[in-house]
Amino acid sequence: MTDLKYRLAPASEMSRYCFPNNAVSGDASRCVCLIDSSTVEEINHIVHNGGLYKRPFNEAFEETPMLVAVLTYVGYGVLTLFGYLRDFMRQWKIEKCQNATEREEQKDFVPLYQDFENFYNRNLYMRIRDSWNRPICSVPGAKVDMMERVSHDYNWTFTYTGRVIKDIINMGSYNYLGFAQKTGACQEAAAKVLSQYGAGVCSTRQEMGNLDKHEELEKLVARFLGVESAMAYGMGFATNSMNIPALVGKGCLILSDELNHASLVLGARLSGATIRIFKHNNMQSLEKLLKDAIVHGQPRTRRPWKKILILVEGIYSMEGSIVRLPEVIALKKKYKSYLYLDEAHSIGALGPSGRGVVEYFGLNPEDVDVMMGTFTKSFGAAGGYIGGKKELIDYLRTYSHSAAYATSMSPPVVEQIITSVKCIMGEDGTNIGRARVQQLAENTRYFRRRLKEMGFIIYGNEDSPVVPLMLYMPAKIGAFGREMLKRNIGVVVVGFPATPIIESRARFCLSAAHTKEMLDTAHERTWKSWNRYSLHPK
Amino acid sequence: KRVRDTRTKLAPAYHLILEGILILWIIRLLFSKTYKLQERSDLTLKEKEELIEEWQPEPLVPPVPKDHPALNYNIVSGPPTHIITVNGKECINFASFNFLGLLNNEKVKSAAQASLKKYGVGTCGPRGFYGTFDVHLELEERLAKFMRTEEAIIYSYGFATIASAIPAYSKRGDIVFVDEAACFAIQKGLQASRSNIKLFKHNDMADLERLLKEQETEDQKNPRKARVTRRFIVVEGLYMNTGDICPLPELIKLKYKYKVRIFLEESLSFGVLGEHGRGITEHFGINIDDIDLISANMENSLASIGGFCCGRSFIIDHQRLSGQGYCFSASLPPLLAAAAIEALNIMEDSPDIFQTLRAKCERIHKALQGISGLKVVGESFSPALHLQLEESCGSRENDVKLLKRVVDYCMNSGIALTQARYLEKEEKCLPPPSIRVVITVEQTEQELDKAASLLKEAAQSVLN
Repeated sequence: MTDLKYRLAPASEMSRYCFPNNAVSGDASRCVCLIDSSTVEEINHIVHNGGLYKRPFNEAFEETPMLVAVLTYVGYGVLTLFGYLRDFMRQWKIEKCQNATEREEQKDFVPLYQDFENFYNRNLYMRIRDSWNRPICSVPGAKVDMMERVSHDYNWTFTYTGRVIKDIINMGSYNYLGFAQKTGACQEAAAKVLSQYGAGVCSTRQEMGNLDKHEELEKLVARFLGVESAMAYGMGFATNSMNIPALVGKGCLILSDELNHASLVLGARLSGATIRIFKHNNMQSLEKLLKDAIVHGQPRTRRPWKKILILVEGIYSMEGSIVRLPEVIALKKKYKSYLYLDEAHSIGALGPSGRGVVEYFGLNPEDVDVMMGTFTKSFGAAGGYIGGKKELIDYLRTYSHSAAYATSMSPPVVEQIITSVKCIMGEDGTNIGRARVQQLAENTRYFRRRLKEMGFIIYGNEDSPVVPLMLYMPAKIGAFGREMLKRNIGVVVVGFPATPIIESRARFCLSAAHTKEMLDTAHERTWKSWNRYSLHPK
Repeated sequence: KRVRDTRTKLAPAYHLILEGILILWIIRLLFSKTYKLQERSDLTLKEKEELIEEWQPEPLVPPVPKDHPALNYNIVSGPPTHIITVNGKECINFASFNFLGLLNNEKVKSAAQASLKKYGVGTCGPRGFYGTFDVHLELEERLAKFMRTEEAIIYSYGFATIASAIPAYSKRGDIVFVDEAACFAIQKGLQASRSNIKLFKHNDMADLERLLKEQETEDQKNPRKARVTRRFIVVEGLYMNTGDICPLPELIKLKYKYKVRIFLEESLSFGVLGEHGRGITEHFGINIDDIDLISANMENSLASIGGFCCGRSFIIDHQRLSGQGYCFSASLPPLLAAAAIEALNIMEDSPDIFQTLRAKCERIHKALQGISGLKVVGESFSPALHLQLEESCGSRENDVKLLKRVVDYCMNSGIALTQARYLEKEEKCLPPPSIRVVITVEQTEQELDKAASLLKEAAQSVLN
């Protein structure tokens, strides 16, 4: 167990490091704060808003050790120097240039890419490119088959050997409830609808693309979420980028979390509203922004804001953290703003019956103005939805960009969602859905606990099925991914620019389809892969 | 020796007084309170609370009137194929973009079924994280081979294809010349790119040349900036909003004269124009490498879902890291990719369907001429036509209502039509209200004639 030092955290850091335990009684909760490593002391103090939580909220983001940070910068420095050297050699034709180049006829056009933009791509990303875009050739369930590919020119081109690596334990796909299956009720229903309806739709929702299947899906999703009405779209990314501009415009204010997904950022930018960022999951930062916004109004003209929209996600997939929803809702009510909750990763994965982060905290779905989510992760399909009051959905049916210009969802995909939602709700007459939700929760707790016991630095909330394991150093990103693949485990590794430059990580996505044996195998092989490249185990 | 230089005199009196004043001023500044540079009127806590109490936001969404034309969707029971059941009534489908009739094709469906049995439905991840399947790689290869380009990249949503492709190349400070009649997806892509947008009149090459010349004179004033400003022309092969084609040969000439790159959006012309369905480049006989990027969606001729971009590797490979809709979104479900591959097989095996489709378009285009009150907008070989009112009644709302009556008349008599839907406040150049007429290979000649005569009847009874 890592030695952790506890001391009284300054107020600004409390919400980053606090564990409000046993907050049912209200004011004075025991708060245990992790700051850095040595001896253990516990301190009692009052937690701000501790009384809103009906269950323990345990989140940890251990600070980067100083030595590791220094070594990581040194590592990047070495890579950058080598990068300059290689660019120099390529420019002077000492080394062959493997890049694709511009056409001869267009050599005097303005260059399409700036040389420096691609420096990172050419010299750092290219070295470990084989960790991403790994092609698979089976259903992305708990175990997956991968096509073997080799590179004879240091990742500039790949060739497929034709061999298939079988039964890799899949800890990279977002298959939280294990609905990625090629047999079973969902697949059979989808097959029936495919033979009846075909694969495409060839029209938009507002023209001739609104099928009876879509209406059925939307009523079911509304019932599942506990809201008045819902609308479904063909792509999760597009659900955000095409509906946020329909809800807010110029003269409105968007308060967006630091680590929001690219689709939320794009939607906010396209809307034309003013965007202000608050620190990740930090309620003091959010409250300060809200207060300032209402008191001072729009910049320069001082007119009052038309509306304020807070954008948060249920589970943040790079950090593994869960949004502090009770506090956000309390703030939203106090300052009369609107809440847009993106449950891409948390729907189906949190809550005793899989209804997402709202159920996890025991809150009322009517408190969230716009409940958005995707069907890709827990339902094994594709697409997104928005749920809320009937006025909201009627407005979106009329003014959403997707309803007017984008093709509607494919019918077999719709059927997959309908069947899986019914399964989770228990309406198909079996207990499978309930059992899977519980299995996922157990898997999550077990996996995280064991990794922490082994001494790894794990970020995020105890209950989040997304488990980031910190790697820090750039060389470890490629090395760890390759070692795990050699040992037949598929993980996702992420570095800059998806994460801050010194906080590269490996990410495990747990699934209800993983058995305890698979998790134990994963633990053991993670330990071995880590030890291969560490001077000493942490 | 003299220790003191007798030439030193006492300083003049004004000098001493000035220095004295300065010293007194410094002492004053040292002891006075500091003030903040920004003029923040320090409100008291009570005033702040009152402001927070008083502020009333607008409702999240304004109420939508119950009879808004876009609110009440047509409900299609069953598959939207050639014979379609709309709102309970069986009609012949003249509204779905199923140009090659592949929506109901048995071979396409069985290929999709095989894929469903092997992979399930969803891919559970983006392309970078175990979401790349062998079917995706195969589809990209097939599309590149079909279009005779080096590489192709597929997206899981048709709208997101061009809307992600444009911002991947064109950034803040770059210049894009775009046709006025460009579709909404292109407009959103341009908005996301934050570049300078210059609109030129629809299909007007003289107007485009004028804008290019103006830019050239601007460049001569600031050659250093001009050397790093990228320029693009974005046009569609077959325009969705007007049904006509762009003059591609003239555009190529302008490309080389003024050194601008061309992005071509071929959603309607892919699988329609050209001897083998390769689109407008085949129609005009142009070398495909002259076009920098071709983007199309697979939701029209290929009757699947998603979109693709094709071109040289130098251009397409960049989108694998910079295309937002590619990197941050789940990949296309394998069954839809398999359906697209099979549709592509059919397109390659029976190239005569394109000629058949064009013949049908010509037929109905001729038959629709001369309807009193409605004019046909679109090329004679375009499978997606518009019927606009010859004379507007004054307001757009009334025009829409009038056209709705024509559409309802036709629907009641067994021809399914729809009005072209737009977001009126969001479009840059809003097209006039119109009825969309879509021609597919599955429609027989009798059905085409029936549709034309029914439209004549409807126009007679409603508009006169």
